[in-house]
Amino acid sequence: MAMMNMIQALNNALDEKLAQDPDVLTFGEDVGYFGGVFRVTDKLQEKHGLTRCFDTPISEGGIIAVAIGMGAYGLRPVAEIQFADYILPAFDQLVSEAARLRYRSNGEFWSPITVRSPYGGGIFGGQTHSQSPEAIFAHITGLKTVIPSNPYDAKGLLIAAIEDDDPVIVLEPKRIYNGPFDGRHDQALKTWAGHPKAEVPAGLYRIPLGQAEIVRAGREVTVLAYGTMVHVALAGIEEAEVDAELIDLRSIVPLDVDTIVTSVRKTGRCVILHEASRFGGFGGELSALVQERCFDHLKAPVDRVAGWDTPYPHAFEWDYFPGPARLVKALRRVMEY
Amino acid sequence: MNPPRLELHVPTPFARPGEKASFKHLEIGQAGTVRRPDVACTEAEIRDLPYALIRVLDDDGNAIGPWDPSLTADHLRRGLRAMMLTRAFDERLFRAHRQGKTSFYMTSTGEEAIGAAPSLALAEGDMCFPTYRVMSWLHARGYPLVTMVNQIFSNEKDPLKGRQLPILFSAREYGFYSLSGNVGSRFGHAVGWAMASAYKNDDKIALAYIGEGATAEGDFHEALTFASVYRAPCILCVTNNQWAISSFSGIAGAEMTTFAAKALAYGLPGLRVDGNDFLAVTAATQWAAERARTNRGATLIEFFTYRASGHSTSDDPTKYRPADEAEHWPLGDPIKRLKQHLALIGEWSDEQDQALANELHETVRAAVKEAEAVGTHGKSKPSLREMFEGVFKDPDWRVIEQRRELEI
Repeated sequence: MAMMNMIQALNNALDEKLAQDPDVLTFGEDVGYFGGVFRVTDKLQEKHGLTRCFDTPISEGGIIAVAIGMGAYGLRPVAEIQFADYILPAFDQLVSEAARLRYRSNGEFWSPITVRSPYGGGIFGGQTHSQSPEAIFAHITGLKTVIPSNPYDAKGLLIAAIEDDDPVIVLEPKRIYNGPFDGRHDQALKTWAGHPKAEVPAGLYRIPLGQAEIVRAGREVTVLAYGTMVHVALAGIEEAEVDAELIDLRSIVPLDVDTIVTSVRKTGRCVILHEASRFGGFGGELSALVQERCFDHLKAPVDRVAGWDTPYPHAFEWDYFPGPARLVKALRRVMEY
Repeated sequence: MNPPRLELHVPTPFARPGEKASFKHLEIGQAGTVRRPDVACTEAEIRDLPYALIRVLDDDGNAIGPWDPSLTADHLRRGLRAMMLTRAFDERLFRAHRQGKTSFYMTSTGEEAIGAAPSLALAEGDMCFPTYRVMSWLHARGYPLVTMVNQIFSNEKDPLKGRQLPILFSAREYGFYSLSGNVGSRFGHAVGWAMASAYKNDDKIALAYIGEGATAEGDFHEALTFASVYRAPCILCVTNNQWAISSFSGIAGAEMTTFAAKALAYGLPGLRVDGNDFLAVTAATQWAAERARTNRGATLIEFFTYRASGHSTSDDPTKYRPADEAEHWPLGDPIKRLKQHLALIGEWSDEQDQALANELHETVRAAVKEAEAVGTHGKSKPSLREMFEGVFKDPDWRVIEQRRELEI
């Protein structure tokens, strides 16, 4: 089995879907000849042809609009938005069009589009190359949002997203494209080499949207995370020396609420970790669900660890980033409650 | 007869790496041949200009034709100094990134005239809505170099308090509006600024830049619509440097028309100008400024130029265009061309040139050194409290609580 980093796994998923389904095509800013600024579409134009992997004008609204039109016609477009921070000019297309087309036309038209976009911080990208916008998409009924945390899942989730008949946003945590990152920024960079989840099989396989994964079983506290934060959570749990159960949500819409509820009913404690700002973040929804469904089992209030309620501050990246130390504090808070 | 099968067209550039660079497909007219209409003209009278190319300096360095702005030698030397300073500064800071002293940098190589000339042509109270490739606007107005380097190093003395990426400046006193990493989104702000000046019966105008790539954003078209409807006193400039990271201008629509011609459908005057010609850039700016100041509304100007460097320190242009493409650019280098002109009119010598180059080298070196003493990226940063300042004018409870959580 091939060892791949996340970029190679995503590239491989696109490559295999392009080969298998002539209705799949991919486009975005710098996606064609150059292969994308993060190289996710590297060599796909050369391999599959100019009309199947191409550059677009710098117009996120336009990119998503034409993707919706193509999808309505019967294609399965995969659009790349270069950074999730740039997706906002396309917000109206996603919210008012992609998410509503099936509903308002009573199924006459639908939008089977996939929107890939690198997101998250940890690369000193400043406030316009670091944000985590998942909560604003999760709030929109009709949009699915998935977030892989490793190469194996990245391939399986992207294939499932492309084959899904509804609009799916795939947020790719760019900080872990080349290696897992546990938030300890002063330590040597790790690559995916040797990581069990970097073993990516050839051939099409799917990870069903809405299926969380228990990364680490435990009895004392449930930790909910996704993307880069799965790796941060592992480090924090290890440091706190608690018997925590770590759930990688993988998909925030649809959400695997059963796995979450089963776990919290067992552990009686829940800590939610995400990089996005805390107020109005997806952690708020998770916290409400846990409270509604596990109230009688809770031994401590649900705790949230998140980015501060500020824009992403360039020079203060590691002060903003919710690293393992902040999770350790939260784990101790709920254990000592 | 059967109708033809439809085919999807995807534009491709003339040359990729390994192929021979060429700009032979471009129609470059002679300097001095494009008419200069009276500023009182109507848009309907000048619908040919968006397809012409206004040039003042010919291949030998003569200033010719009706667009010659007849600048004083001092003005020309100020422009040359600003452009040379920009280049020296860029070279030094690009190297600083390679040495890990900053997280990021972007150069303006080959485009120095586009910021410097309007900076010197407009008045002090006017406002520039920049792109990240017009640092020459600030260099032309004497923005303190040490402050600039402090921002680039995100150190304790960073004027933007570590909150913004290197070179995404804000310098209100120098007529330089706050930059952001999103492209295009300030184009409409310039129109609003200009509308406010008109509303207040003031005399200030606005000038905005946008890259040719970003003209595809809705922001561009929205700004032109408002500028046209309200006759906003502003100059809207498209810097067409041929490349948007790896996408050639054809991906932005250049196969079908010029960027200046986008003005036509909005009923705005459109000028297409040699962006590597300091005199032509100045002349076009002056013409548009005079129209704006006399209630004749906005002008769209396309500055035709070439991005001689990579997009940023994160980019390697040899991956998508011939490595020597810049050498084939038919409109040359703006600094060399202005020097050639100054020398031709007897206002510049090799000795002066060497002295200025040495002086600028030393000035930049000293500024970088002074900023290094404060600290480079990661070695020094503003007070952590700054992370929470400026979200709102007055902090709300979240900021107060979170600051407390961090014990600051």
